[in-house]
Amino acid sequence: MATLNNGYRASKPDLRRRPRLSETIIQSLLFLAGFLSIFTTIGIVYELGKEALLFFQTPEVNLLAFLTSTQWQPHINKFGILPLVNATLMTTAMAMLIAIPLGLGVAIYLSEYASTRVRNLLKPILEVLAGIPTIVYGYFALTFMTPLLRSIFGRDVVEIYNTASAGLVMGILILPLITSMTEDALNAVPHSLRAAAYGLGATKLEVAVKIVLPAAISGIAAAVIVGLSRAIGETMIVAVAAGAGPNFTLNPFKGAETMTGHIVRISGGDLSYDSIDYNSIFAIGLLLFFITLTLNILSQQIVRRFREVYE
Amino acid sequence: MAQPVSSNGKYVLEVKNLSVFYGDFEAVTNVNLNIERNKITAIIGPSGCGKSTLLRALNRMNELVPGTGVSGEVLFNGQNLYASHVDPVEVRYRIGMVFQKPNPFPKSIYENIAWGARIHGYKGNMDELVEFSLRQAALWEEVKDKLDQSGLALSGGQQQRLCIARALAVQPQVILMDEPASSLDPLATLKIEELMHELKKNYTIVIVTHNMQQAARASDYTAMMMLNGGETRSGTMIEFNQTSIIFTRPKDKRTEGYVTGRFG
Repeated sequence: MATLNNGYRASKPDLRRRPRLSETIIQSLLFLAGFLSIFTTIGIVYELGKEALLFFQTPEVNLLAFLTSTQWQPHINKFGILPLVNATLMTTAMAMLIAIPLGLGVAIYLSEYASTRVRNLLKPILEVLAGIPTIVYGYFALTFMTPLLRSIFGRDVVEIYNTASAGLVMGILILPLITSMTEDALNAVPHSLRAAAYGLGATKLEVAVKIVLPAAISGIAAAVIVGLSRAIGETMIVAVAAGAGPNFTLNPFKGAETMTGHIVRISGGDLSYDSIDYNSIFAIGLLLFFITLTLNILSQQIVRRFREVYE
Repeated sequence: MAQPVSSNGKYVLEVKNLSVFYGDFEAVTNVNLNIERNKITAIIGPSGCGKSTLLRALNRMNELVPGTGVSGEVLFNGQNLYASHVDPVEVRYRIGMVFQKPNPFPKSIYENIAWGARIHGYKGNMDELVEFSLRQAALWEEVKDKLDQSGLALSGGQQQRLCIARALAVQPQVILMDEPASSLDPLATLKIEELMHELKKNYTIVIVTHNMQQAARASDYTAMMMLNGGETRSGTMIEFNQTSIIFTRPKDKRTEGYVTGRFG
């Protein structure tokens, strides 16, 4: 029989390192991709910080008033961010009020109750909901939700632009996000736990609510926080439907401008570059960035804890 | 009205012409088997012959897999578990289960025990029930000082005894054990077997096992299952008798081959 040694290199092994060009190229490309995303982030933070610094260096502005005053009236040099923060928190709270219970409900239904057929039908629909452009949601709020609220609570109670309408529609926007992350968390709960509970004579509801839900709680908390950051940063819906004009009010039926809404209006307007007004939007942006960053770090911490549970 | 229930007949469970299906596939064919009260009955046989499927059909756990169905009857103290008016939740309450892999809840040791009792509206002293159940499962001494720690922090063998204690806490009449020691080391296995011996004073135990020494050591009766030779590859029971007879003078050649280790 013929021997097989003719297909290989010399029989004496050569252990020297040889250059591998393709490996080097791929590694460099991957490094570049990673570096680029980090560099972009640094660039954004730098730019935000630089312009915000310009704003805070203006003699008319002081940091304490910026953080504590309830008046945002640039034309008389009053830069208190609380009306904007308040409006952002109101729309966000409204959105979470809708999205958390509904999202949890849908997720529990999908993961614990729905048959495969229903699940295969419902999940794509939710994904469609997630794919609708936010500007469409904005006009949905303005032309559907607002008239609806006005017909329920009265035209003199509900203003045309109001935070309730924007918040509720934002809740619908966030719903698929919270649902899918929550469902993932519920699905990650081992089936053996469900079996254990059923084996003790538990009902479906007891298994879902008292075993699966608590076991998935950190994943659900992460879902809620991601939804929260999304709601805080959401711009189009509030720009279209929540109202233009900083307004410090706790009445959800009155118009009030959110942080993002204000940034959009100012940057879209014909303000001269380098005016205080223009620079102020970077300060708002920076604060917004810090809020969402904090929430993201928080959610990462929670997700990490979540991973440890089933190690 | 409910049928008269005798809870002191000789047999707790009477399996009559039971077949179990997954969709169109007949996994277990025509089993007849009587489970005697306060005895340990072992179900043995090679992998994939339907032992676990049969066990799960005894407390309707198999229904958690969509598409399962059964024909025939399982009488529990004379009452057919598969009668249309029977609630599987009530069945599993009376016929508990311990699984192959220890699966304590990610809750405290105390909560693991108390959970089942609580969902069934246990009104007595919970502390006592927890201690009683843990003592019955021979775990009390090892965990009495750390009842608030997670059940997952225990060793594998301890976790499995915790799962047994958890099953005992709802005070079932029958405990089904699906290879309860297969993921444990020999010492932990021995502990589980000793425990089973203690438990049969108060409970009836049905155990599926791969380990023939375990069946021989621990059980009073043994059911031998095997795939029938036909094209359907369905599992069925080929012999049932006292364990001593199954292991020394089996009637079926296949049983003899299996228990003497010639195949399986």
